[in-house]
Amino acid sequence: MQLRARERIDHSVKLLVKTTGFLVIAILGGIFFMLLWNTAAFFLKIKPMDFITGTQWNPSGNPATYGILPLLVSTCLVTLGAMVIAIPLGIGTASFLSEYAGKRLKNILKPIIEMLAAVPSVAIGFLGIVILGPGIAQLTGQPNGLNALNGAILLAVMALPTIITVAEDALHGVPHMYKEASYAVGASKWKTLIYVTIPAAAPGILAAVMLGVGRAIGETMTVLMATGNASAFPKGFFNSVRTITATIAIEMGEVPYQTTHYYSLFAIAAVLFLITLAVNLLGEHYVNKFRKYHSA
Amino acid sequence: MIKKLTSVIEWSTLLLSTGIVCLFLIIILWDLISKGAPSLSWEFVSTLPREGMTKGGILPAIIGTVLLTMITALVAVPFGISCAIYLNEYASDNWVTRLIRASIRNLAGVPSIIYGLFGLALFVQGLQMGTSLLSAGFTLGLLSLPYIIITTEEALRRIPASTREAALAVGATQFESIVDVVLPSALPGILTGVVLTLSRAAGETAPILFTGVAFYINNPSGFINQEFMSLPYHLYMLSTQHQAIEEVRPLAYGTALVLIIVVFLLNLTAFYIRYKHSKNE
Repeated sequence: MQLRARERIDHSVKLLVKTTGFLVIAILGGIFFMLLWNTAAFFLKIKPMDFITGTQWNPSGNPATYGILPLLVSTCLVTLGAMVIAIPLGIGTASFLSEYAGKRLKNILKPIIEMLAAVPSVAIGFLGIVILGPGIAQLTGQPNGLNALNGAILLAVMALPTIITVAEDALHGVPHMYKEASYAVGASKWKTLIYVTIPAAAPGILAAVMLGVGRAIGETMTVLMATGNASAFPKGFFNSVRTITATIAIEMGEVPYQTTHYYSLFAIAAVLFLITLAVNLLGEHYVNKFRKYHSA
Repeated sequence: MIKKLTSVIEWSTLLLSTGIVCLFLIIILWDLISKGAPSLSWEFVSTLPREGMTKGGILPAIIGTVLLTMITALVAVPFGISCAIYLNEYASDNWVTRLIRASIRNLAGVPSIIYGLFGLALFVQGLQMGTSLLSAGFTLGLLSLPYIIITTEEALRRIPASTREAALAVGATQFESIVDVVLPSALPGILTGVVLTLSRAAGETAPILFTGVAFYINNPSGFINQEFMSLPYHLYMLSTQHQAIEEVRPLAYGTALVLIIVVFLLNLTAFYIRYKHSKNE
């Protein structure tokens, strides 16, 4: 082939791949614009203060109420519960993998964690209904165990692989000399882990937690199946709750196009988007901090 | 003596947490396999549902999931690889590139249900594609895109600069060096990422809820402009929405087992590619 023709191909391919790069920005912009547009349409009909401070979500009632608080509190409650379970387990497992496990054990444990990450959320939700639900019901004497606790435990299972992988990377990245200095002054392996390695890896571990939180807040199917979805204001872990994601999943299928109710679901999605965005940015901030700290 | 004992106790807490994490996977697999296996039969995976879903098989759901995953791949793989090539091979380090990278990281963190809303607004309503296999496939394609870009770029980054320079030195254009030299050497890494991402997409439910999935269709060989059945949605409906939930529980277990087998087979394929590749190096 002529050099000119080859160069022309080279040039047009460069343009093509560049376009796909820019399209990625367009997709995020499109998601952002869609949420903004529909949320604006919602706020033309409902006062923002009623939305933010309202304690009742009942779009089909008369009069219809669109208070996001019960949904937001439900989401936070379930995520908080999940983190209470997943953070100690995750850091414990990551420490074990990074500080104690030999190469052989690591080669077995890592695929196990990857398999756990691969289980579809709907399958975990299903097990929440058939195993965890009846178990919780038996312990508490409730008719069924579909409540915030059930959702929290399942979300912990789903967030654990993320937390373990990122936290292990962080622990692994702590320079050897820190540990050696600690051993040299007579500290045990455990003391070194608690007082030297984990504090040195703290930003990385925080990043792991943030990514886990982001995963738990945005999860839909598991909470939809396991938390019972009562629309009352959440009272505690043993009560049924209804998260933002579950509300969108339940109601979007039924609402007529371009009604206030339809727009309201985009408004709560926008809140969810902002929360996950903030959590992920915070996580990224800690990752960068960790890198900078140890490359210095 | 006491020192030894405390060290054993300290050890055990870490071992215990690792054990609990492993136990989660064991419980999941044990329950699904022990209760799902009795429902599995050739009839279950090769026939249509009958008598209001209380009997028969899940063939349309299997076909739907396979077709959906294929459309997802057709959308996300070329797009994602092309974007990764731009970022790693062409882009200079300026604010536009940084904006693209930031967008990718943020897209990876957007909850799947929001992709569902976006698919509904853009494909179903905006582009008038209706609730269909195509709309759902495009939606899942967008969801998978950031993961494919991130894993492909990682694979490309591992190819040393000297490889590219060697191709350029013998007179290849940049495009030729990428297609003939860089991509073939990065292929195992790219494939691993693609297969893992698709296994994730195959199990996703939230993004397809409003973009085209249906609980029952009587024509499993439907077209891409029609609604379809899928394994994860079938499991969701059988376990929460069916009027005879206890009666269809064995079918739900069977569906869950088939779904998890599909996902794990894809994962094992990815592990195998990675393992073979790491051996060759």
